[in-house]
Order: sequence, then C-alpha cells, then structure tokens
Amino acid sequence: MSRQRADSDGSLEPDDEVMPYSDDETDDELDVSSEGEPEPPVAGALHPPADARPSEMAWKVKANDRPYHHLPEFKKKVFLCIKKSRYSGNAIKTYKYNVLTFLPLNLYEQFKRVANLYFLVLLILQIIPDIATLPWYTTLIPLVVVLGVTGIKDLVDDLARHRMDKEINSRKCEVLLDGRFQESKWRNIQVGDVVRMKKNDFIPADILLLSSSNPNSLCYVETAELDGETNLKFKLGLRVTDERLQEERQLAEFNALIECEEPNNRLDKFVGTMLYEGKRYPLDLDNMLLRGCKIRNTEVSHGLVIFAGADTKIMKNGGKTRFKRTKIDELMNYMVYSIFVLLILVAAGLAIGHTYWYEAIGSKAWYLFDGKNQNSSYRGFLMFWGYIIALNTMVPISLYVSVEVIRLGQSKFINWDLQMYFLEKDTPAKARTTTLNEQLGQIEYIFSDKTGTLTQNVMQFKKCTIAGRSYGEPTTAAGLVLERGRPVDWSWNQYADRSFQFVDHSLVECIRSGKDKDANEFFKLLSLCHTVMVEHKDDGLVYQAASPDEGALVTAARNFGYVFLSRTQDTITIKEMEEERTYEMLALLDFNSDRKRMSIILKFPDGRIRLYCKGADTVIYERLSPKSKHKETTQTALDIFANATLRTLCLCYKDLSADEYEAWSKLHQEAQVAMSDRDAALDRMYEQIESNLMLIGATAIEDKLQDGVPETIAKLAKADIKIWVLTGDKKETAENIGYSCSLLTDNMQIHYGEDVNEKLKVRQARRRLEPATFRQGTKKPAEAFFPEPGKNALIITGGWLNEILYEKKKKRRRLRLRRLGKRPPPSNPQDCQPMDDSEKEMRQIDFVDMACECEAVICCRVTPKQKGNVVSLVKKYKKAVTLSIGDGANDVNMIKTADIGVGISGQEGMQAVMSSDYAFAQFRYLERLLLVHGRWSYIRMCKFLRYFFFKNFAFTLVHFWYSFFSGFSSQVAYEDWFITLYNLCYSSLPVLLVGLLDQDVNDKLSLKFPKLYLPGQQGALFNYRNFFISLFHGIFVSLVIFFIPYGAFLQTMGQDGEAPSDYQSFAIVTASSLIFTVNLQISLETSYWTFVNCFAVLGSIAIYFGIMFDIHSAGIHVIFPSVFTFTGAASNALRQPYLWLTIILTVGISLLPVICIQFLHKSIWPSVGDKVQRNRKKYEMELLQEEKKKAPAFERGRRSRRSAYAFSHSRGYADLISSGRSIRRRPAARGVFQESIREVPQTAAENI
Amino acid sequence: MMASSYNAKDEDGHITVSGPGGGTLRSKKPENTAFKQQRLPAWQPILTAGTVLPAFFIIGLLFIPIGIGLFVTSNNIKEFEVDYTGVDMSSPCFNCSQNFSWNSTRPCTCTIPFYLDQPYESNVYVYYGLSNFYQNHRRYVKSRDDSQLNGDVNSLMSPSKECEPYAFHENKPIAPCGAIANSMFNDTLELFYNDPNGTRIPIPLNTTGIAWWTDKHVKFGNPGGNPNLTAAFQGTTKPVNWRRPVYELDADPGNNGFINEDFIVWMRTAALPTFRKLYRIINKKSSMVPTLPRGNYTLEVVYNYPVRSFEGRKRVILSTISWMGGKNPFLGIAYITVGSVCFFLGVVLLIVHHKCGNRNNSADISN
Repeated sequence: MSRQRADSDGSLEPDDEVMPYSDDETDDELDVSSEGEPEPPVAGALHPPADARPSEMAWKVKANDRPYHHLPEFKKKVFLCIKKSRYSGNAIKTYKYNVLTFLPLNLYEQFKRVANLYFLVLLILQIIPDIATLPWYTTLIPLVVVLGVTGIKDLVDDLARHRMDKEINSRKCEVLLDGRFQESKWRNIQVGDVVRMKKNDFIPADILLLSSSNPNSLCYVETAELDGETNLKFKLGLRVTDERLQEERQLAEFNALIECEEPNNRLDKFVGTMLYEGKRYPLDLDNMLLRGCKIRNTEVSHGLVIFAGADTKIMKNGGKTRFKRTKIDELMNYMVYSIFVLLILVAAGLAIGHTYWYEAIGSKAWYLFDGKNQNSSYRGFLMFWGYIIALNTMVPISLYVSVEVIRLGQSKFINWDLQMYFLEKDTPAKARTTTLNEQLGQIEYIFSDKTGTLTQNVMQFKKCTIAGRSYGEPTTAAGLVLERGRPVDWSWNQYADRSFQFVDHSLVECIRSGKDKDANEFFKLLSLCHTVMVEHKDDGLVYQAASPDEGALVTAARNFGYVFLSRTQDTITIKEMEEERTYEMLALLDFNSDRKRMSIILKFPDGRIRLYCKGADTVIYERLSPKSKHKETTQTALDIFANATLRTLCLCYKDLSADEYEAWSKLHQEAQVAMSDRDAALDRMYEQIESNLMLIGATAIEDKLQDGVPETIAKLAKADIKIWVLTGDKKETAENIGYSCSLLTDNMQIHYGEDVNEKLKVRQARRRLEPATFRQGTKKPAEAFFPEPGKNALIITGGWLNEILYEKKKKRRRLRLRRLGKRPPPSNPQDCQPMDDSEKEMRQIDFVDMACECEAVICCRVTPKQKGNVVSLVKKYKKAVTLSIGDGANDVNMIKTADIGVGISGQEGMQAVMSSDYAFAQFRYLERLLLVHGRWSYIRMCKFLRYFFFKNFAFTLVHFWYSFFSGFSSQVAYEDWFITLYNLCYSSLPVLLVGLLDQDVNDKLSLKFPKLYLPGQQGALFNYRNFFISLFHGIFVSLVIFFIPYGAFLQTMGQDGEAPSDYQSFAIVTASSLIFTVNLQISLETSYWTFVNCFAVLGSIAIYFGIMFDIHSAGIHVIFPSVFTFTGAASNALRQPYLWLTIILTVGISLLPVICIQFLHKSIWPSVGDKVQRNRKKYEMELLQEEKKKAPAFERGRRSRRSAYAFSHSRGYADLISSGRSIRRRPAARGVFQESIREVPQTAAENI
Repeated sequence: MMASSYNAKDEDGHITVSGPGGGTLRSKKPENTAFKQQRLPAWQPILTAGTVLPAFFIIGLLFIPIGIGLFVTSNNIKEFEVDYTGVDMSSPCFNCSQNFSWNSTRPCTCTIPFYLDQPYESNVYVYYGLSNFYQNHRRYVKSRDDSQLNGDVNSLMSPSKECEPYAFHENKPIAPCGAIANSMFNDTLELFYNDPNGTRIPIPLNTTGIAWWTDKHVKFGNPGGNPNLTAAFQGTTKPVNWRRPVYELDADPGNNGFINEDFIVWMRTAALPTFRKLYRIINKKSSMVPTLPRGNYTLEVVYNYPVRSFEGRKRVILSTISWMGGKNPFLGIAYITVGSVCFFLGVVLLIVHHKCGNRNNSADISN
C-alpha cells in the first residue's frame, strides 16, 4: 500500500479518501462521543437495574390498559389549569380551522401581513370624520376583496384537509376491546391498544409489532409514503411476543409495559424496552411498524400502539417548512416601505402646504367657514392624515394578492409542463412551493448532488478483477480485445437475468470449467455476502436490494451460475452451478456509511466457518492480512477501474476457527443488548473480527449518467450558471464524473486541496504582514487567485474543506479546551490557525472568491452538513441566488439551505423531495425549469411589478398635483367609486394576464439562447433603478394627466354653453385619460398577445365605461342620492368632443415619449432579448431545420461515460437481518415443532 | 398564506403512490393543451422601425391639422371679459366693494360701460367668473346634502351632518343646507345696449337652459309633490347668507326652489379655483341681426357678493360658442406642438435607426 491511509484526525494533512466526520454528527454529538470513548463499554447490560434506565426512556405505554395513560403523572398542562393526557389520540388534525374558528383565525393570519394591517389602519382612520378624505368604502371594498380571495383559497385548502382528515380518521381497523377484536375507526385507537391489521392495510399508528401470521412474526411493509422506497421492508416481532401472543385470548391478557423514547421525528431510530413478565426486552426500529406504511404479503399482524396521531414519526416529520423568500420579495417589501416613506413625506409636505395656504387664503375665505375653531397648524396636522388616506393608493393594495395569484399560476404551468413529465415513472414536475418561481430566473450557482441526480443510480456489473487478473473487456476466444464485443449468451443458465449484459466470454468459460478456484470463490462470495431479499415470482427470481450496487452484484453472481435462491432466518441457500447448497449464517455484520463494508460469517455445510467481507478498497486494504496475495495487482486494477469511472468493491474472506468464533460471538451478543450506544458497541465488535482478511478480488460497477446531463450542464454553463458538484464520492470518481458530464474539460487547469490551501495561506500571510492594505479589503476588488489566463477548476475534498475553512481545527481546539479546562496557547501567526473570527471569515471569503473564479468546482467526500455549509458560504459571501438539486436524504441539508431546493423525484427516497421546493424526475429538466420557466417567471414578475408601481403612481399622484389647486385640502381628483374600483376592475386584469402569460420569446428560443438568462442573474429587470424609473414614469404620467386637462379646463365652456369646468367633468376626464393610458401602456408592455390579453384590455376599458355610466345614471341616484353623486356627469361630459380631444391628447402625450425612449433604447443598446425578438422568425426557422436534421441524433442513453463509488449511501437490509432473524423458518421449524424450536436457548439470546 | 397551505396533500403522504401492482392508476401525465403548455396562439408585436416610425409620422400628420382646426375655431370665437371686482379706485364698483355687509338691505349697484368692437352673431352666453375661489376645497365640496337637494323630505328636515355648520339655524333646518349653498353667488347682472341714438335697450337674458338636464330633472328636486313651494319648505329656514328663502328664488314655479337653475349651476362645484359659471343666455333673435351688434353696452351689477376679503376677483364674460365650446387656444396649441414634436421625433428616430439599427440588426447573438 503506497497510499497513506491514516485516519484524518491523526494526520497533518487531510485525507482525501475519508469523509471528514460522520454525517449526522452535530458539534455536541461529536463532543460527547469523543469524551465518552475512553469509558469502558458497560458490560452486562442484559438486565440493567430498573432505575439505571437512560433518562430518555420517558414514554410509558401499558398494553391493554387505557386508564393507565390517563393517570395524573402523564398529564401535561395545556392551558392554565386544564390538563390533558400527553398521549395523543389517533385522530389526526391537519386542518387549521373549523366552522367557528375559520373567520377569526384566518383574519388574524391575514392581518399578520403588514400590507393588510396597513389597510386596516387606514380603514380605521377613515372612520374619523375630520380626516376622512375618502369614504370608508374606497378601502373597505378592495380590502374585503383581497381578504376574500385569500380567505377563499385558504378555505378551499382547508376543506380539502378536512376531507382528507375525515377519510383517514374513519379508516377501519380492528382493536382489541373487552377481550375481543372489534372493528373500530382509526380515530378511536389509543396508545396501548392492541390492533390487528390485515394485508394491504395502512398502518394506523406507530405500532410495536407483536406477532403476525408469518413465521417468526415477520411482517412485510411498504414504506413508499415514508421514504419513497418501493422495495419491501421487513419488520420482526420479538421472539417472546411471537411465541406467546398469537391468539386473541393471549393478546387480551398481554400486559407488558413499554418504556421508550419520547415521540420524535427520526425515522431511522427507535430505542425502547419492554417489561413483560418480569423480564426486560430491548426494542428497536425493526420491531416498529410506522404509520404511513402499508402491510404487504402478511395476512394478519398484531401490534401494540406506541405512538398515536400527532406523536407518530411521520406526523412529527411533516409540517415545519422553512419559509423561503425570493430576492424580489425582499426588494418588493423594501420598495413598499420606500413608498410608504415617500407617502409620509408627501403627506407631510402637503400638510405644511395646507398650513400656509390656510394662513394666507383659507382663513380669509368666508365661504369656507366651517364653524370649527382650529388653528392652521392643527388643520395642517389633520390634513396630514387626510393625505395619508387620500394618497394611500400609492401603496398598492392588490399587489400582494396579485403577486400570489401570478405565482400560483406559474407553479401550475410548471406542474402542467409536458416536457418536464417523465413518462417512464409517470412523474410530472411539481412546484411544491408557490412563492419562489421568479427566483428560478436568477440562479447563479447550482449545487448538485451526483448520485441519483447526475447519474441514474442504476448499476451494472461491468468488470472485475479476480486474483490479480482483470475481466470485463470484450475479448475474442484468442484473447484479442475487440471493439464491439458480442454479449455473453446466458441460455445455459435457467436462472439468468436476461437483461444482464457482459461481454467477456473468458470469465464465463473460466467459471463453467470450474478450474479457477478464485473465480468460483469470488462469485460465491457475491451470492452469499449481501442483504438482498428474494421473492419467487412466476417469472423467476426477484431480488429486493437495499442498494442498487448490491442488486447488481447478486445479479451478476446469479448469471455466472451462483444463484442466490432463498434466505431463512439463519441460512442462505444458493445454487452453485448445478448444486444447491445451504449455508448457516452465524452473523451478519452490518453495513453503514462509516464502516463502508459488510461481512457475513457462515458455517459451511462441511463445518468450516468463514467470514466473507466486501467493502470499499480504503477500508479493506487496512484490514488485509499481510499474507494476502494480489494486493498490488488488484490495486492497479482498482485504479484503472476508478479512472474508467467505475464503482469498485473489494472482496475478501477469512477463515475462522470454531473457538475463535465462539469467543467473539459471546462478546457480540453482549454488545447487541447494550442499552446505551448499542451501535458503537457493535461497531467495535465488528472491527475486531474483520481483520487479517484475504483478498480475492474486486468488482467494478458502472453507474450510468442520466440522459442529457452533459448537454444540460453545457447549456446552463452558457447561461453563466456555475455548477458545483457536491458529492460524498471519491475524488477520482468525482473528477471522472466531472469529465464525463462535460463539467471539466481538458483545457482546464485543475487545482486540488493542497494547492488551494497554499494559495490561501499565502494570501493570509500577506494580509497579516500588511494589514493596512487589506483593512478595507471589502471595497477594492480582490486580485485574482489565478492570474494566468485559461480556465480553472477546483476539486476539493471534505477534509481539505475543513482544513481550509478551519472548521475541524476549531472543533478540535474546543474539545481540547474543554478537556484541559484552560485556554489554548496563543496561536502563532506562522501556523495557519485563525487568530480570531474575522480572520476565519476572511479565509472563507478568500475561498469563496477563489472558487468562484473557477469554471467548475467539485467537492467530494463531503458530508451532508458540509454540503449545506458550502451552499451557505456562497449564499453569504456572494449574495448570489443558489439552487441545490439532489435526490437523497443526504441532500436534504443543502436543499433546505439553498434559496431553491430541487428534489429528484421517483428515486431513492422521498426525503429530498419532501424538503424541496420543486421536484421532477430528471436532472435534464433543470434546464427547462430555469431557462424557460424561471426566465419567464422572472420577466413576468418584473414586468408586473414595474407596471404595478407605475400604474399606482400615475393614479395617485394626480391628487398631489391637484392639491396645489385645491388649497391642499386633500381633495381627490377622481370620483370615490373610481378610486375604489381602479385597482380591482379597471387596471388589474391585463397586467395580471401579462404576469401569467407573457413570453418575450418562446421556450425553444429561450433554450437555444441561454444568454437570455443573464438579465435575471444580474437582477437587471427589477431593482431600485427600475423602481425609480417606474416611479418617474408614474410621476410623468400623472403630471400629464393632471396638467393637460388643467390647461384645457382653465377657461373653457361646453359646446352648449354650460361650463364644463366643473369638478365632476374634470374628474371624468382625468379618470378616462388614466384608464386609457394605463391600459394602452400595458398593451405596449405585452409582448405575447393572446385573445385573452386582448379581451382583458378592451374589457377593462369597457368595464370602466360600463360601470361609470351605471353609477352616473339617473336610476341609481334616485335610490342612493348621497352615495352616487355624479349623476349624469359621464353622459354630459363625454358627449363633448372637446373633452375627447383632451383625453386623446393626454393619452398621446403620456404614451409617445415612452414609445420613443423604448425604441431608441432598443435601437442603440439592444439587449440579447431584443435581438432574438427581432429575428424571431429567422431563428424559429433555423430551429425547425435543426430539429429535422438532428432528429435521429437525439437518442437517449448514448453516453456511456460514468462515475464510480464503492457503496451506496443507504443502510441496507443487513441491519434487519443481522439483528433480527431470517426471513423464512427452516423447513424443519414449520408446523407442530414450532413451539419447541423456539425454545432453543442458543437462538433465544440472540433475539434480545 | 397561500403558499404555505399549498402542500397540504403531501403531509401524511395520503396520495396513493401505486407502485408496481398497486392497482389501477391514473396517469399523472399533464394534459397537452395549448393553454397548459403555454402555446396559446399569440401575436408578438415588437417595436420595430417599420411600426414606430410611421406611427410617429402619422400621429404628427393627424395632430397638426387637428391643432390648427382647434386653434382657428378657438380664435373665431368672440369673447369679451370684464372684471368688476372693484379693486381699483377708478373702478365703478370700487365703492360697492368697499363697504359690504351681509345684512345691508339697500343693494349697492354699479354700472360698467363697455364697448364690443365686433358683432356677436350667434347665441351669446353670459358667464360670471370667480378667481381665487376654492370651490374645490374638500370640506366645501362635501358640505351639501344630495338627498335634501333631491327632494327627500326627511333630509329636508334633518340635513346631513356634512352640512355642518350650515345644517341648522336657530333650531330650524336650513334648506338648502351646507356651505356651498350658503355661499351662492348672488350678484345680479343686467346688460343694456346703448343705442347710438342714446337709448339704453335692456337685452333680454334667458334664465333657463343653463343647467344640465340631468341636474335639473334628476339630481335636484323640490320636496314633496306640493306645487306650493312655500308650504313644501315649511319649517325650514334660509341659508344664513341668503337674502331670500329658496322658494323665492324665481317667480317661475319651474325654476324655483331647488330646481332654480342659478342655484343648480352654483351647486355644480368647479374643478379649479378660477372658474366660470354660466349665468344667462342671450338667444339669437333672427338670422339677419347679430345677437349683440357692435357698439356700446352697459353692465349693471347689483353688487352683493363679497370677494375682496380673500382677494378674489369677479368677472363677467360674454362669449359665443363653437362645436368645441368656448375660446381656449390651449388645446389647439398643444395639439400643434405635440404633432410637430412627433414629426420631429420621427425624423430623429429615422436617423438613429439608420445609424444604429442596421448595425445591431445584423449582429448575431454569440452563443
């Protein structure tokens, strides 16, 4: 072994091969474990004294004893002195409101929003007569509509929840009551009840499996709804309950006391004990049937309810979703605040104006005498509030509700997109949150998981090395390597899986001849050492594997003639070529991500005891016997495999003597029943036996890339989106996948951890030497880390990441500090310890800067926590919008951390999807999600917001100009009803449709020109600049709308002599001009005119005139003379051509400059989008031709480059099989001997 | 709110994920409709030189003639305006404006001579104009009771609060209530033609037809069906500043009470602090004789309405009318200006387009 394989903690430099530390360790856990380690493992934990239970065992459940759970000691305080049992009932309640609480609760929730609250305050202000410049309905009606729309949506959602709750709570289940099973509804199940479940039933609560109709109380469950895995899982009843609790009578007398952990959300952990007839039995997750799963292949099973309803793990898991907001949201809020400040300033200014006006004119105008003895300042003060009310429409009331409607619509469009629908798995894309769509158009960094995201996670056995000789290259009989080998014909093997392809004929011949002992041992190992479950179906064997790697290996063995046939509780039956043999399984040594290996100890039919082990090369090589052969040759082969981006596993064996095994077995049993740290104790035991191994060879499995991954990455790169791959895989593997998916190219210079560290150290040293130049480092642009021209790439491992970012050292230092109980020695500036937090921060900034200079960044061997940390580093220091995409539980952290999390659905598990914001089935859909939906959403939202602010400014500021001519008396320039309806009816629909439907260029062109994505990243379409432009545009339009009619009205009269210069005609002219202007303005902004848009624009204008003529009609005045006071104003005003000419002029002056400026801008500084738009027809033709030409070239799966990694991340069935027992009883154990077999003492101990 | 509840369905995983053999399952494939796939047929207009430049030229070509037409029409309208506020010592109304009292019983009259240098051919409209009079002040505008004015008997006796402090006087409801009514313009204007032979011929002024039909017949109405207005207004009192109660505004029962047209005109508040209101109409008698021939005229004003206190001005305007109303050159000038600017901009855009447009148009997008 040439490579140094020391543990990372001991070495000075981080080891690239190992994960820095275990996945789930938080700081605290790390501290505890490292301090706790020196203590000797507690021996004799079999029967710990009752009072020595860990304190976490605070959950007590007594079987068949409902009153027990209502004892006072289990009460908790709910409210004041009302106490309730802390055991939840099984009825679930996901709904938020009931009939009584809907209105108050929903209103309360809605008024938590600042905008709604603002309008409520306005409404209250409007009640005060002195300042009520607008009647109450101008605010109330829009507010009611806004609240109503949101309320109805909430109501619909909640009704759906009600319906679902009801349906679930009314599901039937058999509960043991009064000594017999009675059908009961789920909602009536209580903790401590014994329930009976049938085949294909949903499990109603978290239940301790007592017994089942299957042998050994085995129970098959489908956990798809829990973790998305479709393969069946196996749960086991305890031996004692299996034996004694089969009959109804027995179950009715069951009176055990279960003590276990409190309800929590960890789906992968359960610890408890059962006190039954004076004995204590340990319980773990394998005994538990979790709510949400489904019983399969098991006729009847009995269980004891441990957690019900809200206490169940699935319910504890749901709910808490981190609230993400988009940049635009934040910006929008700030803008609303800006407008609010502006509103206060304007109102204050006008109030001062009123004060002066009152001094100068108002107080002298006898006709204005109002009998109130108020001085001018007080009047000014009142006027301030009056203007706050009059100008309140500056803050757009319908903004938030419109934004939500638009986002909802856009999410629907994502859900509906056929081109993001994956036919094979029947998985449409799903926008799980509806608040983030426009952020999709601003992504700068993508953090991608590799396994299952870039790759298919479909494994194929491709190559192997056995006793130093490599197989797998296609060869002829003469041993010549052929370019295109003919696949091996498996017809000689009746069990062969036809879909399995292998091209090396020599290996098959080698095995069939039986001459090569090593080759036979190799496949024997593959067929024995695994945790695969087998099902016999009509069409042959079906393997259920926890990880695809294992499935691939067992399938390979099957095809090579070593067919895994069946597994019983402690035997494995395989068919070795023609001969069927059964091996007794003595122990199954669990696989987990720390151990990275699994072993099985078998007793051969001839009595030999042998340990088979397979695992990652890194861990296996450390444990090889010095006598082991083929080490060097296998290592070479491994390197070749890794470079060919194959996933490798080393296989080895070890012969054990009976004594050796007995001694170990005893210790092993003790460890199995350890109450605390059972896992750690077991790990130590495993470690002990897995040593001095003999190497047989290694396997290489191909991990296929998903379709279209390289193309997608290339496209996204063109859109200036940086893609970082964060993976737990090996450096070499990750590097290779980088090449195969065109993330890395040959002309890139690749920098590794050492290199990076060196550069960072240099920079840090310089900073220390010349602190002055770096003091204001944030301001001056940092000099490049890679001054040489050319592309750079960064490949860094988790260990180096910690080293560079001081993470680990800090932790270790803190540990040491705690242990010694004193301060650490002052750090020496020469070493790279951080002197303080700011230095650490500078280091992080440097690292992020450096990484961002690179075209590609690959972080390998990173833990989920580090994945999250890397994302937050970029988020924090680059202020960039980030997206994480992943498929597995290990990506949950980064998915939650990133601004947008995307889950790959229909793969390993559901955790990633459950915590994601968007979910779809294939990585390549990311392209469409970002470049099409994201871009559109962003453009639409920006257009919408710009226009929305504009239209409200244009609308409201007319009052401002008018106040100069109305004595600053907060007289409004329009009719009250117009103000009420403006945002609701007259101007909202067209812009809403633009927000929903607008496309500047269609999806095909969006994809063809990734450069179109750039404005989103720069936030160029909506920022403070655009906001102020919109404001100025609004101000300009309001000026025109006021002053053109002003000029026209100044000294005129109507065509029949009546003076039209009355207030009502003026209000109609300004309002009509405004309606025409804003509707034509949105027409100018609309770049995608569907009939709906047309309809909306014309409709808005029509509605305006319709409503206006209605409320100005004689009839309505007669009914409400003092509410509708504009009687006849519309008809009288609008029959005057003069006023129409005024309106036309006003609209013309409002629009022409805008058209002119837009045209000039597009001519002089055309954006990419403008150019594409201009030549749309041409490009569309090109695309059409390209499609015709390329159609056959776009076939799927033609890429055969791939990646490599040793073991899949997830824990396999090994756990279940090793800790419990096997799947099927021995044939002998069936029938009448059942009871007696059970009492064999040797196996009884194992059970506990 | 909306967003958080959107995932309700996923919470307990109640959607049946039918795996292989999980029974019949409905495909989740989205529908392939033009709307759902965002492929609605659409027109995608963009601002190109081909559309913008002609638009500017056409607008220019349209606006300039309209402007000229408006301007010429406006110039052809004859208008005569005389300010009779009496600010100057030399003004005939100076005396009247100086000693003013609401309670004076003896009306102050002043006579203003003027000369029309051209004959007014068509109907002539007589306006009074006020300046610096904030009829658009919010409190003032509000200070009326439309129900009362509509003839509602309840409101007649108990006017709306908005009318305060002009709702009640001496415990009697004021009819019409409110500040607007209270400050009704009450100067009387009479016009005489000074015949060259020295006689003063009174010119007949029409008092009706000056208000909107809807105002007179819908919005305003006398209370009750009682033709006897005095009885109808029984129990109310006149506005504080008025000299006569509302039912004595005119002898003609069709022009009395709330439907008195002078009153209606006044109640239609002006948009701006400088405004005109139609006072009388001089109808054309025959096609042969101009309505107001060239010559000397006398305006007799019964000076009741005080404006000096707030530096207001009072004017009398005589004007003829065209299809576009009275004399107002603003719109004509504005149209001509905008039209010219459009034309000019069109030229500028054409140049810019030639210089930049071609260069950018051909430039392809680097991918």
